[in-house]
Amino acid sequence: MKIDHAKPLEYSTEENRLKILGFWVFLGAEIVLFSTLFAVYFTLVNRTGNGPAGSHIFELTPVMVETIVLLSSSFTIGLGIHAMRIGAKKAMMTFFGITLVLGAVFLGVEITEFVTYVHEGATIQTSAFLSSLFTLLGTHGAHVTFGLLWGSAILFQVKKRGLTPETANKSFIFSLYWHFLDVVWIFIFSFVYLKGMM
Amino acid sequence: MKWDEFFVTGEPMIYAAMVSIVLVSVAIVAGLTYFKKWGYLWRNWLTTVDHKKIGVMYIIAALLMLFRGGVDALLMRAQTAVPENGLLDGQHYNEIFTTHGIIMILFMAMPFIIGLMNVVIPLQIGARDVAFPRLNAVSFWLFFFGAMLLNLSFVIGGSPDAGWSAYFPLASTEFSPTVGNNYYSLSLQIAGIGTLMTGINFLVTILKMRAPGMTLMKMPMFTWSILITSVIIIFAFPVLTVALALMMLDRQFGTQFFAMQNGGMDMLWANLFWVWGHPEVYIVILPAFGIYSEIIATFARKNLYGYKSMVISMVAISMLSFLVWVHHFYTMGHGVMVNSVFSITTMAIAIPTGVKIFNWLFTLRKGKITFSTPMLYALAFIPIFTIGGVTGVMLAMASADYQYHNTMFLVAHFHYVLIPGTVFAVIAGYHYWFPKVFGFRLNEKLGKWAFWFIAISFNVTFFPLFILGLNGMTRRMYTYSESTGFGPLNMLSMVGAVGLTIGFLLLVYNIYWSTRYAKRDTTGDPWDGRSLEWSTPSPVPEYNFAKTPVVTKLDAFWFSKKENTPLTDDGDYEPIHMPNNNGQPFIMGVAFFFFGFFMVFSWWIPAIIAGLVVLGTMAYRTFEQDHGHHISVEEIERTEKALRGEQS
Amino acid sequence: MKAKWFLLSIFFTLSLILSGCDNSLLVFDPKGPQAKTLSDTIIFSIIMMAGILLVVYILFTFMLVKYRASKMDDSYEPPHEEGSKWLEITWTIIPIIIVIVLSVVTVRTTSEVESKPVAYANDKPLVIYASSSNWKWHFSYPEEGIETVNYVNIPEDRPVEFRLYSFGPITSFWIPQLAGQKYAMSDMVTKINLAAEIPGSYIGKNSNFNGKDFAHMEFETQVMTEKDYEKWVEEVKETAPALTESEFDELIEPSVLGRKTYSSTHLEFSPAPEGEHAGHHHGNSDEETDSSHHMDMDMDMEDHK
Repeated sequence: MKIDHAKPLEYSTEENRLKILGFWVFLGAEIVLFSTLFAVYFTLVNRTGNGPAGSHIFELTPVMVETIVLLSSSFTIGLGIHAMRIGAKKAMMTFFGITLVLGAVFLGVEITEFVTYVHEGATIQTSAFLSSLFTLLGTHGAHVTFGLLWGSAILFQVKKRGLTPETANKSFIFSLYWHFLDVVWIFIFSFVYLKGMM
Repeated sequence: MKWDEFFVTGEPMIYAAMVSIVLVSVAIVAGLTYFKKWGYLWRNWLTTVDHKKIGVMYIIAALLMLFRGGVDALLMRAQTAVPENGLLDGQHYNEIFTTHGIIMILFMAMPFIIGLMNVVIPLQIGARDVAFPRLNAVSFWLFFFGAMLLNLSFVIGGSPDAGWSAYFPLASTEFSPTVGNNYYSLSLQIAGIGTLMTGINFLVTILKMRAPGMTLMKMPMFTWSILITSVIIIFAFPVLTVALALMMLDRQFGTQFFAMQNGGMDMLWANLFWVWGHPEVYIVILPAFGIYSEIIATFARKNLYGYKSMVISMVAISMLSFLVWVHHFYTMGHGVMVNSVFSITTMAIAIPTGVKIFNWLFTLRKGKITFSTPMLYALAFIPIFTIGGVTGVMLAMASADYQYHNTMFLVAHFHYVLIPGTVFAVIAGYHYWFPKVFGFRLNEKLGKWAFWFIAISFNVTFFPLFILGLNGMTRRMYTYSESTGFGPLNMLSMVGAVGLTIGFLLLVYNIYWSTRYAKRDTTGDPWDGRSLEWSTPSPVPEYNFAKTPVVTKLDAFWFSKKENTPLTDDGDYEPIHMPNNNGQPFIMGVAFFFFGFFMVFSWWIPAIIAGLVVLGTMAYRTFEQDHGHHISVEEIERTEKALRGEQS
Repeated sequence: MKAKWFLLSIFFTLSLILSGCDNSLLVFDPKGPQAKTLSDTIIFSIIMMAGILLVVYILFTFMLVKYRASKMDDSYEPPHEEGSKWLEITWTIIPIIIVIVLSVVTVRTTSEVESKPVAYANDKPLVIYASSSNWKWHFSYPEEGIETVNYVNIPEDRPVEFRLYSFGPITSFWIPQLAGQKYAMSDMVTKINLAAEIPGSYIGKNSNFNGKDFAHMEFETQVMTEKDYEKWVEEVKETAPALTESEFDELIEPSVLGRKTYSSTHLEFSPAPEGEHAGHHHGNSDEETDSSHHMDMDMDMEDHK
């Protein structure tokens, strides 16, 4: 395995470079996936049937909490990657740990929010609008959940194996994934919640 | 659930299928055990990450599916051959045309193409494997087990019966209460994820792993077609993923996306389906164009005419393919404006396609044409596909489509596009690259007999359908009365279908005959080829190229033969790094299969367990440390000597 | 030479359809202005397409005959040709022109068949609601106050406006000799405008697959003289029973039925999904502003002409 020391660790081998490009392409596919879900949501947003409209169930506080938490986690994972670049394994692990904790908090708030909706009689089965809302949010939430599992697995590997071209590559790719989820959330926040509350 | 609901009962044909499935499975298990081949199967095939073997497995699976879909087709033709026929009842006929469509498009055409691209692309760009060999194996096993899951529906639970396009509300639990459409959503989902991964894999492979000197505009046309196809896959398949997920949610979790009440919108499904479905058509046709370009250039002994415009037209087709989906339902009543716009974008596709037809014709000009089996398919493609193309333009005219929509005219059109387009191409490509993989050519005489049977019978089968359509015969009718006058042409079509069957049987017999008797090819270049895959010996060694070729122009191998210049530098062999085999992709596929199966029947706890096994295989992958292995210089020397004989 | 014969036979079959059997095929045997427009459009496009096929086939045959290896000298080496700018431009421009011509024809004929037949622009159309349920068609005449199942009678020389919707899966309403088809869906109403000019009986059908007995979902369209039509309406009003809600509920259960006739329509107790009854209005307690319509993508098809 040829290691190119002129490049950052995560880009240092041919295999690593291929993986990063491959993941960018995968994110391209993910963009299409979420765009389709958004299109479905916008198509069905006014088709509320006998159920409540968005303006009746959306609440600003939990959504603001989710947004702040997720944005901060995107920032901390950025710090984590920076630490990784300068070879500070401890700092990197700390920032990754914080990121995952923030992700878990986000997930917790989102789940509570879902429970509240269901208590208000707004379930995924109530109307086409609610089906599309829960599916869009749920898909994002499932991505975050998967990210928590994946991120923990990587953190564990960094701890055991140190910063190698392999672990650095995985961590970097994970950070791309995490930033992507943040971007998706910004769209959800703006076009689902803010627009829905107006 | 009672047992007689679990297994499909009451049809002699289905009992026969059950018996044959059991017998074949027992025979395979017994055979493997008797000949002590379990280890061989596991080590060499089930765990392989070699793109060539994965390609071969794709093609074998596709051929099997071709026969499954073909039997469906024969039954349909037999049922409609005479008026008021009682061979099949309505329900059974509906299941058969539904699975025929799904299988032929998703489990025959696509995997056949993916199989060919697996075999050929790394060789054509001078690479030793694809970018992500393990992911490639995952793709294959997801496709394979997705296909198995759908086929299982025939005997357990019932097949999907709402057409391959599964329009809502017909596909909802209200009108389609069996688990058939659960099979549809889950098996396509599993196979679809595999396809998406293939798209990503080949995009990165082609962008990053080309031999030194091979710029984009020096790539063989087949490689170009796969590059563009990969991009279409990446943009189109996530839409299918979403559509199928919503379908599953609607059917099994009570959501209201496509419901008739509570704000649901049935036409949303049709839109999502065709936003994926139309690009899908180009996913199966662009690689075919690539294959024809290779074959026509080789057997005309001339470089491809208008290379640049060939590339530009493929890019144009790929972009237009995303802008035409509404032409599948002009009759939905969205007014003159919308229909006109989509008519024009659809007809516009004819322009780049026409450019390609003329470029192929002019590649033949001043050539020296030899009529080998692959070339016969490529040549037959031009006149027959053009009929498919011009009838496509006719269908694109929204007003006229009000008279063609849902009729046999449409059925005839898309078979005229897909069979000479995709099916002829994959058969041609299979004959063309067969010696590369196995080291001997298929028998030409048998190949030509099969070709004439297939080409002539195809027209006998499908041309009458144009006329039936214009006479008002709609598609998907399991029966019709004698007074309609549809009888004689349907009978003619049945005769053609029998001819097609003979042709395809000859094709398979040819494999058997040639394996036993065909002369081995020692040159690695039996057709006097033009691109890099012919520069390495056949069958291709595990590492593809002992030394990476260096490319200076298009058709590099052709010029190296003519100008007698070597493709590689003089340096010594170096150890070659290769990935290790691993059983994880296969096990992941099995887990996905069980996950899908349990989901079909809404058995949540087993489904969750199978889902956790899937996650477990992913966890195994992230924790494993596998750095592959190196092939030593001595081994390379030994292999090369054995394969190339004295000359090196 | 086999290939040549093969091509010739294809071409002969093609010209056969073009010339010989025009009159016997339903689509080429129109009985009203809309179907006539479509028939003319299709014949025009077939002629243009046959021209394209001819060019391709002549070139193809020429190349195969002239440049086969068996006719060539062994020493002949085909030249290296990059392509030709002018030839390639030619076979790009000509298809573009063809597509432009066809586009103009498409836009004109589409708007023609989507609106009231030109010759009857000033006549008041007869409105008939045609709704489908598995596997039958219900025809409601709101002005006459009558309803039929699986057959429809219309007067000649008068514009007819069919308003289509469905009580279940999507169907497609098609009377090939009178007009092109259109979908009937559960949450909105689509329209077909047509006129019939020759009395007679024409087959009508659902062309969109909708389950088990799809193949049997046909109906008869009887075109009558104005006088006969009025007589028939009177007769129905006098002799046929009224359609009750419970009977209608039974009717729309999945089944294959023969003809039925009633002296009242189901629209009175089960209105069509148009206007305030359209799909996305169903049970909507909330404000349904006009701006909401812009949110729906073009999939929603708010305006169907």
